[in-house]
Amino acid sequence: MWKVRSALLVVVTTAATLSAQSPRYGVGRPPTPEEFRDRGSAIAPDGTGLPPGSGTVAAGRELFTAQCARCHGPDGEGGVGARLVGGQGTLATPRPLKTVGSFWPYATTLWDYINRAMPFDKPGLLSPNDVYGAAAYVLRLNGIIAEGQVMDAMSLPKVRMPNRDGFVPDSRPDVR
Amino acid sequence: MKHVKPGRRQLLQMGAAVGGSLLAGRKALALENDPRKLGQPLGPYSERSPFETAVRWTRESQTPETGSSFTPLQESVGVLTPSALHYERHHSGVPTIDPSSHRLVIHGLVDRPLSLSMSEIRRLPSVTRILALECGGNSAGEWAGAGGADVQRSHGLLSGSEWTGVPLSLLLAEAGVRSGASWAIAEGGDACRMMRSIPLAKAMDSSLLAYGQNGEAMRPAQGYPLRLINPGWEGNTNVKWLRSLKLTDQPYMARDETSKYSDLMPDGKARIFTYDMEAKSVITFPSGGHTLPAHGPYEISGLAWSGRGRIERVDVTIDSGRTWQPAVLQEPRLPLALTRFRFEWRFEGQSVVIASRAVDETGYVQPTRAALIAVRGMNSTYHYNGIKPWRIRADGTVLNVEG
Repeated sequence: MWKVRSALLVVVTTAATLSAQSPRYGVGRPPTPEEFRDRGSAIAPDGTGLPPGSGTVAAGRELFTAQCARCHGPDGEGGVGARLVGGQGTLATPRPLKTVGSFWPYATTLWDYINRAMPFDKPGLLSPNDVYGAAAYVLRLNGIIAEGQVMDAMSLPKVRMPNRDGFVPDSRPDVR
Repeated sequence: MKHVKPGRRQLLQMGAAVGGSLLAGRKALALENDPRKLGQPLGPYSERSPFETAVRWTRESQTPETGSSFTPLQESVGVLTPSALHYERHHSGVPTIDPSSHRLVIHGLVDRPLSLSMSEIRRLPSVTRILALECGGNSAGEWAGAGGADVQRSHGLLSGSEWTGVPLSLLLAEAGVRSGASWAIAEGGDACRMMRSIPLAKAMDSSLLAYGQNGEAMRPAQGYPLRLINPGWEGNTNVKWLRSLKLTDQPYMARDETSKYSDLMPDGKARIFTYDMEAKSVITFPSGGHTLPAHGPYEISGLAWSGRGRIERVDVTIDSGRTWQPAVLQEPRLPLALTRFRFEWRFEGQSVVIASRAVDETGYVQPTRAALIAVRGMNSTYHYNGIKPWRIRADGTVLNVEG
């Protein structure tokens, strides 16, 4: 009797598990390799998703001058586009200056965003090597990496951003 | 009620179009309609009356593909915003997407990665919800004082719509969520491929994949053909032109959730993932830029909403904050939606400040600007929900004043 019950339980449990896991409507199809590629550009803060390739500060400087400076200024001081440099030590002052150098917590975000959205009017123009170079140059402008450092999938996630510990969870409701 | 120059010019231009010449147009405006005159023929698609001129307001910009357009709340009635007047906040322009070629891909920590067409999504069981949508940066100018001459500029990154779509939980069940998945990374189809990290708990609880808005397919500027709707959460998380949802075990720390849409506190730390829009209200009539044409009875009217539930109560002051009296809450009073409040009042030439204060079902009371600043300082940019005063002068003109 116990055996029968037990076997029944296994059957019921298995059926429940299967029904929870099997699709109810069966809509959609597996994505094509092209669809995966096209939607696989998001980069995690641990570097998951970074493609092969690399970029030097020198290469990034050249690229920045050609593609980025017209909006962000030759030295990343800002213009039509956001200011990218400076502001370290200002976040707790009455006039905080939020830049890549003073505010952004992860270097991977810089790679992700340049790759995703820049240049503003021509996103998708840059190769992975270009993006590594541009990221390296913006980090160099902020004094975060040395002139000779090379950015790639291994080194970029290891860059310690000055404001890495500057973010805290939402504690609202906080005002009574 | 409105005496803004561009509006008047537009009115005259439209009058001219109707009347044949500027002068005739002016006269036509003053004449009562003659019911013996045959009207316009039937048409396939309606335009509003040429005498209605409320439009969104946008700042001049060298990069008009990025920026905001503000809903003319000073002209609003009821709790729904016409789709054509819904506020916009774009970061890389509005893409033109043929729904027959649009696909949503659900991938990452799922058993069965899925690619879905719009026609497949539209065949699934749907839900319809009336919801408020507010930009996380709405009223940001109010931190520094009176931010904008009128309620459109101070609070216009707010709109109300009826949204129709498929519960995201339904499609996540189709794909099979793997253990360890705790976040969904949403990506849009605009040129910046807007990306936000959404906690899986929200995605399973109340997120919608919306394709309908106010009884029709949503407008391109609102995310056509598919938008992620996160009820009660800041506008930016409601990713437009949704094309990718990747389930992960961590948030991706996107540019628009770290460098933007995070709230800098006085100690230099920034709050991250501040999703909820807390209870807020604003009087839309009379409000900045209006002129009360005569003494006599008026109905003070405004909007209240909370990202944490239903509006329980709205109090109004008509004596510069000395006393507060309950306003009438107009039905429907739906959770996370705009609620219209009303308050009968007489204007007899008194110079006063009027304001409203919302309370939501959690008991949260809309704070004053001073109380917000005392806790958060002046530099948090986002999530300003302070009590909004308007000064009514003896001549009937209404001004924005500091809270």
